[in-house]
Amino acid sequence: MPAVCIYFQVHQPLRHRRFSVFDIGKGLPYEDEEMNRQILEKVADKCYLPANLLLRELIEKYEGKFRLSFSLSGIILEQLQRYRPEVLDSFVNLAQTGAVEFLGETYYHSLASLFSLPEFRAQVKLHQAAMEKHFKFTPRVFRNTELIYSDALAEEVEKMGYQAMLAEGADRILGWRSPNFVYQSARGSLRILLRNYRLSDDVAFRFSDRSWSEYPLMADKFARWIKEAAAGCQIINLFMDYETFGEHQWADTGIFEFLRALPEEILKLSDLNFLTPSEVIDVYEPVGSLNVPEPMSWADVERDLTAWIGNHLQNDAIKTLYGLEKVVQQAKDDGLLEAWRKLQTSDYFYYMCTKWFADGDVHKYFNPYPSPYEAYINYMNIIDDFTRRVGGGKEA
Amino acid sequence: MRVLMFGWEFPPYISGGLGTACLGLTQALSRLGVQIIFVLPHIKGEISASHVEIRSASSALGPGKKFTRLYAYPPAAGYHNGEKAFTGEYTADMLREVESYGIAAGIIASQERFHVIHAHDWMTVYAGLAARKASGRPFIYHVHSLEFDRSGDNVNREIFEIERLGLWEADHVISVSNYTKSMIIRRYGLDPQKVTVVHNAVSRKEGMTYARMPKNPHEKIVLFLGRITFQKGPDYFVEAAARVIRAMPEVRFVMVGTGDMMPAMVERVASLGLGSHFHFTGFLQGAEVDSMYALSDLYVMPSVSEPFGITPLEAMLYDVPVIISRQSGVSEVVRHALKVDFWDVEELANMMVSALKHPALVRELTEKSQEDLKNIHWDRAAEKVVRLYQDLCS
Repeated sequence: MPAVCIYFQVHQPLRHRRFSVFDIGKGLPYEDEEMNRQILEKVADKCYLPANLLLRELIEKYEGKFRLSFSLSGIILEQLQRYRPEVLDSFVNLAQTGAVEFLGETYYHSLASLFSLPEFRAQVKLHQAAMEKHFKFTPRVFRNTELIYSDALAEEVEKMGYQAMLAEGADRILGWRSPNFVYQSARGSLRILLRNYRLSDDVAFRFSDRSWSEYPLMADKFARWIKEAAAGCQIINLFMDYETFGEHQWADTGIFEFLRALPEEILKLSDLNFLTPSEVIDVYEPVGSLNVPEPMSWADVERDLTAWIGNHLQNDAIKTLYGLEKVVQQAKDDGLLEAWRKLQTSDYFYYMCTKWFADGDVHKYFNPYPSPYEAYINYMNIIDDFTRRVGGGKEA
Repeated sequence: MRVLMFGWEFPPYISGGLGTACLGLTQALSRLGVQIIFVLPHIKGEISASHVEIRSASSALGPGKKFTRLYAYPPAAGYHNGEKAFTGEYTADMLREVESYGIAAGIIASQERFHVIHAHDWMTVYAGLAARKASGRPFIYHVHSLEFDRSGDNVNREIFEIERLGLWEADHVISVSNYTKSMIIRRYGLDPQKVTVVHNAVSRKEGMTYARMPKNPHEKIVLFLGRITFQKGPDYFVEAAARVIRAMPEVRFVMVGTGDMMPAMVERVASLGLGSHFHFTGFLQGAEVDSMYALSDLYVMPSVSEPFGITPLEAMLYDVPVIISRQSGVSEVVRHALKVDFWDVEELANMMVSALKHPALVRELTEKSQEDLKNIHWDRAAEKVVRLYQDLCS
């Protein structure tokens, strides 16, 4: 019986304040507290709270037959704790149903896996500790920032004790093969679960698109598509941002009604059930191994890293940031270490993307800056300030 | 298609972007097979342009001819009878000149054969109307700038009235940007349907490789190039420069151009103690402008109100990164530039320092701006204009 495996990503970056070159060295904070609070409040009210409530209801209604997984960045956990503790409680509440799995990731939603393995390991450990503290749950399955995956990374993740990792079901690595099976890493036995991007994006991106030929998308139709896709396969992995529900797709699009109706429509089809990622790997054996020598991600049409690194702005910013690793570690100052880690959140580099053509609209939607150039200028001013704080700029 | 075109400037007779735009547009139109009779107020010597038939308004006004006043908006002084030659410059008795130019236009229109009248800016509104009266051909008023751009809220009432007359009377209006179109609608109450936006472009000089001059790595040059008048925001440039110097002492600021605010700017620079960092070159042309662009590390256009603004595109041709005010038409067609509200001096200074400090920022801006330039061509503008001609003539 093929399974439907759902994973929702929960993350909100900390937005920076406008930090001018003339603010450098004045001891000003980097984050825009007020903006972060407002955004969090808005997303909590539009998405997290109503969606959690609904999921809780569905889990109870179907007596655990409806199951799913979340990955929460450490950054969002801190914000929830600070601004809306009741939202954190509602996630804890979901954890207690036993029908929800939590995945491991980097605490700071960072790209450390690409630039510093010691830093990557440290952030994964921090995140694991946070999962244990809040949800009494030790993750067995890992999802890297933006689903970034490569053979080398899989090896590293397996060494850290994880049994499976999520990745994008990109055509260029699959070729003729289907994303709807469990695979195994090229250099080990880490299980890989691949996002079915067509079905995932039908919900995440196309749900409210009136120019889409399948609009409006109803739960019964979607369940039928899943059934067709799953025929002869093991799993359909629906991976998407949690903010799809109520924030990217507003409530008035009917997205909550869709979510409410989906478990029943899927369970009605007697040959489908729901499993969480670690249940999937307990039930299914891998059908083959995947070679992914170059990192891939779930972003843009290219499914590569060019949303975060590749242009001169991004490369310069990242090089400067990770170039500080040594002095930060040597400083042995927890405050500085934390500040440096916060600057690693991948969103800051996403804002600097100048690849505005094919995926321009998506980038614009998520970018708090009028242009990638302003994102870079602001970030570099902050980095400059931080460099002085850490002592790297003393002689300047 | 034969067009009777009225303009106040045409290279080498230019004081700013209007002449540059007229040249670029007419060249592209002639490539599309459009024949152009271009009427200038006065011609001193030879004009080398072979793609247009040049006519001089002053020679059309033969001595001894009598004219009756045509319009309900009399200039402050009486019109003259054509004894005096046009200067074609922006002088104090400009209003008298544009009226005489209008009279000449009526004469030229009755002697020439053409399908459409195309007039550039308010100085040629009377001319366009007179030519229409004489010929019955449709009249297009092409707006490159408005009195509100040039003077803010202290508008010259008479010029405003001429612009309004032209906008209301014209058979169709071309504006150089959406920015200008919305000003036409808001300030002059025109029906949006009557206005078509045709963005300006930039001409590539044939055979010219945009020489990269060896730049001094120890001393950066920031360039302002334009009339030193209220409209161009020279005061914001100077105030931002003062902030830049605090963060980066090794920077030079070059202001190319002249204008009524120049003495005040020189004084302000002196009172800020920035004299050693500033150069005022006066008005430059041709090769001097080219080498000025090539020498610069950063080009800044802090205009208060810029209907289009071709100079940033010229700077981009030389791989110079640009900062442009958001209050400009060119910001509608350029993505890879730094954009700032002209009044935000702090942010302007922040961007200037960043562009001088971070080579990565310069590389990204200059490499990607070539993508912008690929889409900015006079041929594209000319195609739009030809479609308008055809619509109006059918």
